[in-house]
Amino acid sequence: MSAPQAENQPILAVTDLVSGYDPGVPIVRGASMTVAPGEIVVILGPNGAGKSTFIKSIAGLVPKQSGSVRLEGREIAALPAHRLVHEGLAFVPQTENVFGQMSVEDNLRLAAGILPKAERAPQLDKMYGMFADLARQRHLLAGRLSGGQRQMVAVARALMVSPRVVMLDEPSAGLSPKLVEQVFVNLAGIRKAGVTIVLVEQNARAALAIADRAYILAEGRNAHEGGAADLWNDPAIAALYLGGGKLRGREVPA
Amino acid sequence: MNLQFLVDGLLTGSIIGLGAIGVTLTYSILRFSNFAHGEFISWGAYATLFTSGILGWAMGGAVPAIGPFSFGWTLLVAAVFAMALTGLLALGLDYVLFRHLRRRANAITAVMASFGASMALRSLLEFFFTSSPTYFSKKLQIAKQLGLGIRATPDQMVLIGLTAALVLSIHLLLTRTQTGRSMRAVSENPDLARVAGIDVARIVNITWMIGGALACAAGIMVGLLVQIRPYMGFDLLLPLFAAAILGGIGSVPGALIGGLIVGLAEAVAVQTVGAEWRAAIAFLLLIVVLIVRPSGLFGVRS
Ligand SMILES: Nc1ncnc2c1ncn2[C@@H]1O[C@H](COP(=O)(O)OP(=O)(O)OP(=O)(O)O)[C@@H](O)[C@H]1O
Ligand SMILES: [Mg+2]
Repeated sequence: MSAPQAENQPILAVTDLVSGYDPGVPIVRGASMTVAPGEIVVILGPNGAGKSTFIKSIAGLVPKQSGSVRLEGREIAALPAHRLVHEGLAFVPQTENVFGQMSVEDNLRLAAGILPKAERAPQLDKMYGMFADLARQRHLLAGRLSGGQRQMVAVARALMVSPRVVMLDEPSAGLSPKLVEQVFVNLAGIRKAGVTIVLVEQNARAALAIADRAYILAEGRNAHEGGAADLWNDPAIAALYLGGGKLRGREVPA
Repeated sequence: MNLQFLVDGLLTGSIIGLGAIGVTLTYSILRFSNFAHGEFISWGAYATLFTSGILGWAMGGAVPAIGPFSFGWTLLVAAVFAMALTGLLALGLDYVLFRHLRRRANAITAVMASFGASMALRSLLEFFFTSSPTYFSKKLQIAKQLGLGIRATPDQMVLIGLTAALVLSIHLLLTRTQTGRSMRAVSENPDLARVAGIDVARIVNITWMIGGALACAAGIMVGLLVQIRPYMGFDLLLPLFAAAILGGIGSVPGALIGGLIVGLAEAVAVQTVGAEWRAAIAFLLLIVVLIVRPSGLFGVRS
């Protein structure tokens, strides 16, 4: 299916992206990112660095002023948000990422709208197979679920359409340590299923443990990038960005 | 107490409810109060009058009425046609006016613009059709005794049935179909809806079409039961908003039930304290709801 040289082609390539909410006030000021097929790439950085704005821009929710976004070589920077799902790029926002006034099942069936009719029911069953909790609570309003289960709905909603790349904004935020662990186990499982993952995280330790590579954003620009383990073990970076002064020297669990 | 107020209230309530569904849908999906919604009611009634007139003319004179009703098949055909036209009118108004304001202006600008649109649309009707009242049919209807002192004409009975059918289909559309789920999604969280692959512009268009068509249906009811005048819709504006807010903004069953409550309250007021208090009732109900339960009976958002 893929041409020989396509083997090395990134699945997602963002180049010199400038974007922001109001014209003339760029929040992301020339950030770039390259993601290879099957990778887990994590984006780290201090609060307000523009991490959310960066992936919201890629997802088409924040106006881009310049720069390019390529998905499997195709320029998608100009596509509206709702077209990107059709192209295979899914996004789970940081907050308000489920329709709280709709049932769990309606949340998932809504997302299935872009699939051919025959694929909708099997895909729904697949999600219920993957997230057994949701199958039991399919008729509850998503807003009534616990934080961890809401997060599952949000992730399942994004996976309904079998995307090739899924971007998640802090999927572990506000969850108990046990649930955080569960989220990262799930993410590893999703990658095994062949989905490329871009992850924004505060939880640097857990994120770097499952990631292949990482980008550190500061003030809307790339501050550092590298292999997950290299970044974790770099004392200067750990001290500056990973909240890691006290964690310094600890090996990243393989 | 005479139970006749039940029939009167149910009818007024159906009219208000049909209009209020449009108000509640536009508010929850587009996030602004469209004060030109009353004009969709008037334009719908005149569009029906005009179309059925042309059909009658093409058939070479008035078509005989169906069974015990006051109207013939030309009115039914004209009604369906006019509902589509009024939907397109709403869509057109959005295209030339609201769409631009939605993007940049704040909510109050859009509301003011809708006031302006309301006046312009009403003046156009007065220009083309004069301000004197007119009727679909001058044929008198004999009310039937239904027992318990309640009387209703065949027109009144079939209109209550038709309202129920219309409201039920809208309810099923919203709860059982992909379009309906998309409408609820856009109303709750437009950004997340886009992320889920929903074309928000398409949903907005569908919302205008539905709102316009239901307003037209309300206008036809007023035309059949009362009379057709350029101010017929504008005069309903306060009850429409009272009903939408009473039912809880965004809730379709809420808007209908809100409409029925306002309609029944008006009918009770007419019977007990006098017809001149009719208009005050909607206002009174609106104020009570805003104080006691701002999110409305079925509302989730305040
Ligand atoms: N909707 C918005 N409108 C205007 N400015 C915004 C909006 N959302 C965020 N900002 C601004 O953009 C900047 C970057 O915010 P962003 O949410 O992208 O940071 P972040 O790196 O995701 O932070 P956090 O770690 O707290 O999630 C901040 O200065 C913030 O005030
Ligand atoms: Mg963020």
